[in-house]
Amino acid sequence: MLSSIKNSAAVSPSKQLAMMYFRVAIVLFGAQLLMGLIAGLQFLYPSFLYEIFDFSVARMVHINALVVWMLYAMIGSTYLMLPDETGIDKPVAIGLGKLAFWVLTAAVAVVVLVFIFIQVGPGKESSIWFINEGREYLEAPRWADIGIVVVVLIFYANVFFTYMKGKKTGIMTVMVANLMALAGLYLAGMFFTDNISIDQYWWWWVIHLWVEATWEVFVGTLAAYALIKVIDAKREIVEMWLWIEVLMLFGSGILGLGHHYFWIGTPEYWWEIGALFSALEPVPLVAMFVHVLYDWGKEQGHADAHGKGSAIKNGPTMAWITINAFGNFLGAGIWGFFHTLPQVNIYTHGSQFTAAHGHLAFFGAYATILIGMMYLGIQQVYGIERMKTTFKGKMAIFLITFGVLGMTVALTIAGYEQVLVERAELGAGWQAFFTAQNLPWYIQAQTWREIMGVVTFVGFIYLVLDLLTIGKVAQESKE
Amino acid sequence: MAEKKASVWTSISFWRRSAAWVTGFATILLIWLTFDTISQIRMGTDEELAKGIKRRIPAPTVINYKIGYKYDEKRGLEVPVIGPEKNPLFGKELSPKEAKNLLHLGKLTEQAKNCMDCHTLLGNGAYYAPDLTKAWLDPMWAKGGPMQAMTGKNSKEEAMVEFLMHPDKYPTHARMMPNLGITEKEAKGLVAFLKHMSSIDTNGFPRGFSKTIKDYETGGTYAK
Repeated sequence: MLSSIKNSAAVSPSKQLAMMYFRVAIVLFGAQLLMGLIAGLQFLYPSFLYEIFDFSVARMVHINALVVWMLYAMIGSTYLMLPDETGIDKPVAIGLGKLAFWVLTAAVAVVVLVFIFIQVGPGKESSIWFINEGREYLEAPRWADIGIVVVVLIFYANVFFTYMKGKKTGIMTVMVANLMALAGLYLAGMFFTDNISIDQYWWWWVIHLWVEATWEVFVGTLAAYALIKVIDAKREIVEMWLWIEVLMLFGSGILGLGHHYFWIGTPEYWWEIGALFSALEPVPLVAMFVHVLYDWGKEQGHADAHGKGSAIKNGPTMAWITINAFGNFLGAGIWGFFHTLPQVNIYTHGSQFTAAHGHLAFFGAYATILIGMMYLGIQQVYGIERMKTTFKGKMAIFLITFGVLGMTVALTIAGYEQVLVERAELGAGWQAFFTAQNLPWYIQAQTWREIMGVVTFVGFIYLVLDLLTIGKVAQESKE
Repeated sequence: MAEKKASVWTSISFWRRSAAWVTGFATILLIWLTFDTISQIRMGTDEELAKGIKRRIPAPTVINYKIGYKYDEKRGLEVPVIGPEKNPLFGKELSPKEAKNLLHLGKLTEQAKNCMDCHTLLGNGAYYAPDLTKAWLDPMWAKGGPMQAMTGKNSKEEAMVEFLMHPDKYPTHARMMPNLGITEKEAKGLVAFLKHMSSIDTNGFPRGFSKTIKDYETGGTYAK
């Protein structure tokens, strides 16, 4: 994928731009995993890089690299499907789109360097503007926030006006409307207040309404597009499914926001609202799972009846979409539901339970399908008719999935111990916290988390090697 | 498929319209609830504090008062108890403006030093260090507790300031807070921020806060 693409003249400029975004995304994915390994190791050896590269720094880069690589892959996926869905090969302002890519990448590089080398600032407004905003996931300083808004506006304008000019499919209609909400929500996180409750109230508008509403709809859109491309699913069927998913995802996810308003100073009525709507959040995830398997079975049956062999035109993409369907339901749905009721959450809020859910949900719901989109991009730009999963690709699928599942189970066990000992038994003070953190069972769980993190990282290396070579290999074997 | 089918369940336009209605309805409900919530979580005023009127998030001058965290039979959870006794931070009562400025410095410092990527505040953040929601009330800092003894200070706030400025000098566990270059002024702001946060009505989170501290003192199971 990083090597030059041979037949680039024949590839639409939009898809070429998509590949540029995918390349940066995969580099940032690697950075995310490395930072996770450092932070995980610090749980076991607290003196590791103490006062040089503290946990807070590793953790900040870990979660920011995560968000940014996903946004890159999402922008890439949008540029990938844009020509197919609108019938226009060249987005209306492709030059500006490319410029925006370079500006964004330069800004991300500067922000990461400041995070790594300057780390923290004095308690002044200038720190918030130029060093670190200090709000989990939204640590990027204010100047970068504004830069991101400008770049995203350019991206959105490109998508919107291309859509207006071309065909208006159902998939693209959902994409355009959803992207507007996704981009607009970022503004809710761009102000400073002394009131920590109001701070967190709006902070959750960005975080929750991204990952539990607009990002999920985005995934639905990608799955719809990819199913058409990969197994020739019927457009009418996937588009109808997509509207049902939008209905269920927004119907549950928007007010599901309430489950973050149990304990931040907000009124008690959020208990009922948050519990009810967030308990419904897994429903669309089941539906998405059923939908992918249903379409797969249907198209395979169709292919069998006509003696055509496999219905799948892109093995790795289909595999990652299937893992997405299952992982989204398991990670976001089941692991989220575990601790979403206030009766449980008063004990589990802010424990390793949250970390367990976070790992499996981000992986299952987002990482998987975005990796699938990268494979789809490679297939398209290399002009490969049928792309089979290679050995490296299979190793990547197995090791990454197994690794993340292992981390999730380990963190769940750590969380269980933490919740019972620190919260229920001892009552969440300073001593209670450390008593629970130092129990052998907790340390054992953290050890397994780190081992499974290494397994995930080995899988990532296979993934990169596969992405770098699969296109060329498939192209050569065709020739 | 969409137009000619008899059943509405296989009509794309039916689902499209339903999706739009449900999304619109949920959004309007959220906006309406947001107006109500924001009005309830605005910071209160100094006058309300003086009159004993309860606000979910009290005025910054709450740092002039004694703050507790007591079980409320009716609500079935712990709630902050503010005053009426005064207990001014650093022994000096602050005007509303002074208190506001100190809290502002504290909140800015909390963000600039990136506290949230090790600690949790109101339960949100990272899980590497203790939750700070009710840190002001933690028995670790109380009179006769280990932190005042270790730092050689005679009050909770002075001990906190000393620790925040030189956390590397006062280890309590192998996992230590790094020295973040916090100045004395910033540390005082942070203490004001922590004291203010402990006065927020969090619907009982964290539950049973430090309830077992008596065990530590009297030789219970986990006595140290």
